[in-house]
Amino acid sequence: MNRIKFAIALCFCSFALFAQDYFPKNDGVKTSNTNYHAFTNAKIYVTPTQVIENGTLLIKDGKIIASGKTVSIPKNSTVVDLDGKSIYPSFIDAYSTFGVKKPERVRGGNGPQYGPSRTGYYWNDHVMPENKAIEKFNFDSKSAKDLIKAGFGVVNTHIENGIIRGTGTLVALNSEADNSMRILNPNSGQYFSFSKSVTSRQSYPGSIMGSIALLKQMHYDADWYAKGNSKTRDLSLEALNANKNLVQIFGAGSRANALRADKIGDLFGIQFVILGGGDEYERIKDVKATNATYLIPVNFQNAYDVENAYLSRSLALSDMRAWNQEPSNPKVLAENGVRFAFTTHDLKSPKMFMSNVMKAIEYGLSKEKALEALTTIPAEVLGKSSEIGSLQKGAYANFLITSGDIFDKKTTLYENWVQGQKTVLEDMNITDIRGDYEFTLAGEAYKMTLKGSLSKLKSEITSDNKTRGSKVAYADDWVHISMTTKDSTEQKFIRLVANVTNPNALNGKAVFPDGNEMTFYASKTVKKDDKTSADDKKEATQKSAKETVPITYPNMAYGFDKLPQAETLLFKNATVWTNEDDGIMENTDVLIKNGKIAKIGSNLSDGSATVIDATGKHLTAGVIDEHSHIAAASINEGGHNSSAEVSIEDVIDEEDIGIYRNLAGGVTSIQILHGSANPIGGRSAIIKLKWGESADNLIYNDSPKFIKFALGENVKQSNWSSFARFPQSRMGVEQLYMDYFNRAKAYDEAKKSGKPYRKDIEMEVLAEILNKERFISCHSYVQSEINMLMKVAEKFDFRVNTFTHILEGYKVADKMAEHGVGGSTFSDWWAYKYEVNDAIPYNAAIMHNAGVTVAINSDDSEMSRRLNQEAAKSVKYGGVSEEEAWKFVTLNPAKLLHIDDRVGSIKVGKDADVVLWSDHPMSIYAKAEKTIIEGVTYFDIKRDEMLRAQIKKEKSELINQMMKAKNKGLKTQPIKKKEKEQMHCDYLDHQQH
Amino acid sequence: MKHIHITLIVALLSLYLGFAQQTPAPKQSKAIAITGATAHIGDGTVITNSLIIFEDGKLTQVLDGTTVKVDGSKMDVIDARGKHVYPGFIVPNSTLGLVEIGAVRATNDDRELGSWLPHVRSLIAYNAESKIVESMRPNGVLIGQITPRGGRIAGTSSVVQFDAWNWEDAVIKEDDGIHMSWPSPFVRGRWWLGEDPASKPNKNYDAQVNEISDCFNATKAYMQGDRSTVNLPYEATNGLFDGSKTLYINVGNEKGIIDAVNFAKSHNVKSMVIVGGYEAYKVADMLNKNDIPVLLQRVHSRPGRTDDDYDMPFKLAKLLHNSGVTVALETSGQMERMNSRNLPFYAGTTVAYGLTKEQALQLITLNPAKILGIDDAYGSLEVGKSATLFISEGDALDMRTNIITHAFIDGRLISLETHQTKLWKRYSEKYENQD
Repeated sequence: MNRIKFAIALCFCSFALFAQDYFPKNDGVKTSNTNYHAFTNAKIYVTPTQVIENGTLLIKDGKIIASGKTVSIPKNSTVVDLDGKSIYPSFIDAYSTFGVKKPERVRGGNGPQYGPSRTGYYWNDHVMPENKAIEKFNFDSKSAKDLIKAGFGVVNTHIENGIIRGTGTLVALNSEADNSMRILNPNSGQYFSFSKSVTSRQSYPGSIMGSIALLKQMHYDADWYAKGNSKTRDLSLEALNANKNLVQIFGAGSRANALRADKIGDLFGIQFVILGGGDEYERIKDVKATNATYLIPVNFQNAYDVENAYLSRSLALSDMRAWNQEPSNPKVLAENGVRFAFTTHDLKSPKMFMSNVMKAIEYGLSKEKALEALTTIPAEVLGKSSEIGSLQKGAYANFLITSGDIFDKKTTLYENWVQGQKTVLEDMNITDIRGDYEFTLAGEAYKMTLKGSLSKLKSEITSDNKTRGSKVAYADDWVHISMTTKDSTEQKFIRLVANVTNPNALNGKAVFPDGNEMTFYASKTVKKDDKTSADDKKEATQKSAKETVPITYPNMAYGFDKLPQAETLLFKNATVWTNEDDGIMENTDVLIKNGKIAKIGSNLSDGSATVIDATGKHLTAGVIDEHSHIAAASINEGGHNSSAEVSIEDVIDEEDIGIYRNLAGGVTSIQILHGSANPIGGRSAIIKLKWGESADNLIYNDSPKFIKFALGENVKQSNWSSFARFPQSRMGVEQLYMDYFNRAKAYDEAKKSGKPYRKDIEMEVLAEILNKERFISCHSYVQSEINMLMKVAEKFDFRVNTFTHILEGYKVADKMAEHGVGGSTFSDWWAYKYEVNDAIPYNAAIMHNAGVTVAINSDDSEMSRRLNQEAAKSVKYGGVSEEEAWKFVTLNPAKLLHIDDRVGSIKVGKDADVVLWSDHPMSIYAKAEKTIIEGVTYFDIKRDEMLRAQIKKEKSELINQMMKAKNKGLKTQPIKKKEKEQMHCDYLDHQQH
Repeated sequence: MKHIHITLIVALLSLYLGFAQQTPAPKQSKAIAITGATAHIGDGTVITNSLIIFEDGKLTQVLDGTTVKVDGSKMDVIDARGKHVYPGFIVPNSTLGLVEIGAVRATNDDRELGSWLPHVRSLIAYNAESKIVESMRPNGVLIGQITPRGGRIAGTSSVVQFDAWNWEDAVIKEDDGIHMSWPSPFVRGRWWLGEDPASKPNKNYDAQVNEISDCFNATKAYMQGDRSTVNLPYEATNGLFDGSKTLYINVGNEKGIIDAVNFAKSHNVKSMVIVGGYEAYKVADMLNKNDIPVLLQRVHSRPGRTDDDYDMPFKLAKLLHNSGVTVALETSGQMERMNSRNLPFYAGTTVAYGLTKEQALQLITLNPAKILGIDDAYGSLEVGKSATLFISEGDALDMRTNIITHAFIDGRLISLETHQTKLWKRYSEKYENQD
């Protein structure tokens, strides 16, 4: 039987398969097909670990009836002999947007929108658990075809929009059926992300930390709602509760966000399935610790186009490494026991999917793990193991027929069956005619080679060692070849045609340009297989997994090969700035042991210590920056006028080069403050600059609790066009505080009364302030507002801890001293906006003289690495003694941050956070030579010198590799120059607008 | 006031305290001698026990004072033993006096509409009574090149001194240079359109360079015509070809610098200066060969790229100096106006990263004077030059000892009081009276 006709016949038959039996039928008679299909003599991968040689797969009605070695084949079966071929389960993509139109970004609008656009739902437009992918779903035959070609049988699609995105839909890619058949689960899991919806302009949340807080608050509210506490209806909360038992899938998209998502899950007993970013290998232990299953994209980057030596100079080592290392990510995940499935997410086209999976295998991923990640794991994730992802009895007949190992480049994928519906990708019964031939036509001898894939054959024909132009077409056992004649002055063609009956010879006829015909017979000279054996050998020798350049901590320039350890260090003969009663001690030794300052004195010795000759050098406590915005992924949550619910601790970025540069300036601790977009900002992170450690390990143990407040022009939104948010004047700022503190007081009383209450993160935080458990660091400039906040605090019986910036502090220094608030100021900034018109560089000196605890801060990632110089300005402006001025950047900020029991001075028992300076620490000529935190040398000027050389070398190597990739003909991507946004108080996240 | 030794000067100074804005000092009427100070000449040399005399605003003696006796009856004598004398520091490429408060738009006069604005002149907008300008003086910064911002050609600068009643009074060199921003090799992704915010290679680079070339060619063509219809931009641009103006090209990357130099050469620009020059050290030979100096970007800045040496901005001056390039420091960037008073500390930082103190001093005195073309009168303590100098208690490049007791511009003893010192005194007194 002609195969084409067979395929069409099957098509006709199969229509009947999908007709719903209770539907009326007007276009013919009702039929039903009770026939079986049996696939015999195949290597069947029932699961990645259960493989049957010479087995039989029996299917009927789109389902698997049996798979095994001895399957009895019913008489009404169409039997397909798959001798030498393999059957695999079709793949599953659990993170897809198949058939769901990308939502369009809303445009226009005057000024920010603070309220929601809808009613009857949650107060925020960006959370839409009530959304259902099935309601937006339209089967997209074109995309389905691409996915089928890539080996997929089933995808879980969703609406990729918003922070809570509602439920997904599990769809079989069965183009011949309709939704009644192919929808496997209309509500197949709930999707989340940190990204705002593009369909609403509502301002909140304007940052990842806002998204985190929103997700937490909504889950608290859902619980409260479920208990019947709400007087009003909220369709979003109802949906969130209704979806609770579905698989919860979080579109994190990066390692850092995955860890953030997992922490939210931990709070509510949810184990998210997490979309990864392909960068998990960089900190695999943290990833493993989440215990989550990951959906891993395989969009490995192309090499950068580095031919232009000027442009390529701007390429960061981290970006180069990503290109080199990313393909090893799946291997690293597998080796560390992280459960994961592959997804086509982020790939431009599914066409690249399989080659990238094979690339991961080249980099060491086992084929078994790869197959699991494509079949059984996504099936388990979606709770459908019995139906998809395997070839067990009862499962959908979703399978692939291949010429052999599916992960071998030479393997041909013949057919992809979905729900018993066949799609032919390559004709598997076609005769392989590839090889070298010789033939003679009209007395002339020809040599011909046919090569390439069977569906896209290529030909090469020579005669008298001259190449003839030629083309070949091959299908359905007919081969058609055309070639140019010997006479090159005129384009004329000889056509050859043959019906293939014998794989070793072509027998047909030749038609000459003049219409004459003659017989044509070409015999194969060498078997194609023999020719490639040399290549095979070559490949076999290269079989060991491809190497990548080693990762560092963090995985970028200046990272550590492995995390550095604390040492016992003995500084000999230093000038020691103790910041204690001993003052500045000359010719003094300091012993550091177990991360602490162990001894201070003369002629110290310790057998286990590394001795550092500090003659002529100065040893001080590490610099502490009370006001920093480095090392954070976001700074401002300006979507509301209060954002006490957000925390910088959630968004620490341990890969900010600012950390390393600050270390090089002698900085050891910083407070990362929320920005000044709103009167009540977010909570701080107080961290040590432990370069190389994971984000969470930077945060102080038992960290004092702080929150940012802000006053003046920024919170009034004076300097940008926004007129819709209260407050717009300093008058309003006071009332806002009064309102929030009154509410927090009432909240706290209700909570303490033991009666049921609605848990409100924002109120919890504000109540901590009232209960003196959390301290305020308040961005402030002019005297009126400074005075105001102290009075507000006094009304509620607490004190403001710190005024930061506080440029008019000198005008109310007496009042500040009386209130007991510290001042953390700039050394000499002024004149950049109206409220700093009266800022003076003598501010620190005047406040200090009035008895205020004074610190000098940076609010700037450049100045922060020269805070020693900024302290020195207090000597110039106002004549502060050098010893006291030095405390402005060490002990005093430690006091203001309530960490002076641990850091800020050189005192036995305190943390060994010290800096060795080449000179007087406040001299313009001083350099930090070693910066040590808890006995670990995080910056060493000599090591830095070595690293520069290493970076240069590694970059050159990687550039060379990229040049090779380009020369091999691989695709490249243009250079990019990543610049981290330099964050200040005024900085608003723009990535999410 | 405790640092001042000559009663006459105390009297002079106290006169000024009552005014809202510091009153510009009158012309020098009597010769002044500064004795015993360590004189930092500005050309790399030092006289430890110096005698400096100036009259009618000009230096008449600068020498070793060990054996010389001063006739106190003919001149005011300032005993500066243990102190240091420096030429007034010069801040090129500055917007001082063009903007008072950055965030208050009404006070901003540093940029005009358009991209080809050689005819736009900074001088007439220069506010000689700016409170920020006066705050330069207590740190020794006494001269500035007032420069517009924005566009491909931002406009024309002028050089002024910082103690004047008005801009005519202030000007040292009018319309000295035209300031251009060279096309960037990268463009930022437009995040608001959903693009990756990282920078990508600028595909329009060549077209943008050609645009500049077209404008230069058009100027030359125009100048050959009868100019009956006046074209203001072309008239202004022509200063680059007749040698009356210097072309300042803001460019940092190596290739851009090479392109800019070749461009200026091909158009026969008489005098050009690289501004910024982050990678200028890589093309030092070319700059030397063509006698092109560099106004080096702010020393206190972040490295240009993540992987760059943390101290790259600190050591660029040393790298350029080693290659023989004439370097001066500029201060443009965030909060540039108020930060310009830190110019001496920028120079100080270059000492920690390789230069000697006297070499560093040159970066803010004689070198900028040469580059701005005012070195006939300013930039060093040499006989015949203007007495624009100051006395510091100690090393003026270190903030702890940059404590200035006297400053002179053209021999005029200028006030060191400012809006800020007045507030300092006002509130210090407030608290002293409370005790």
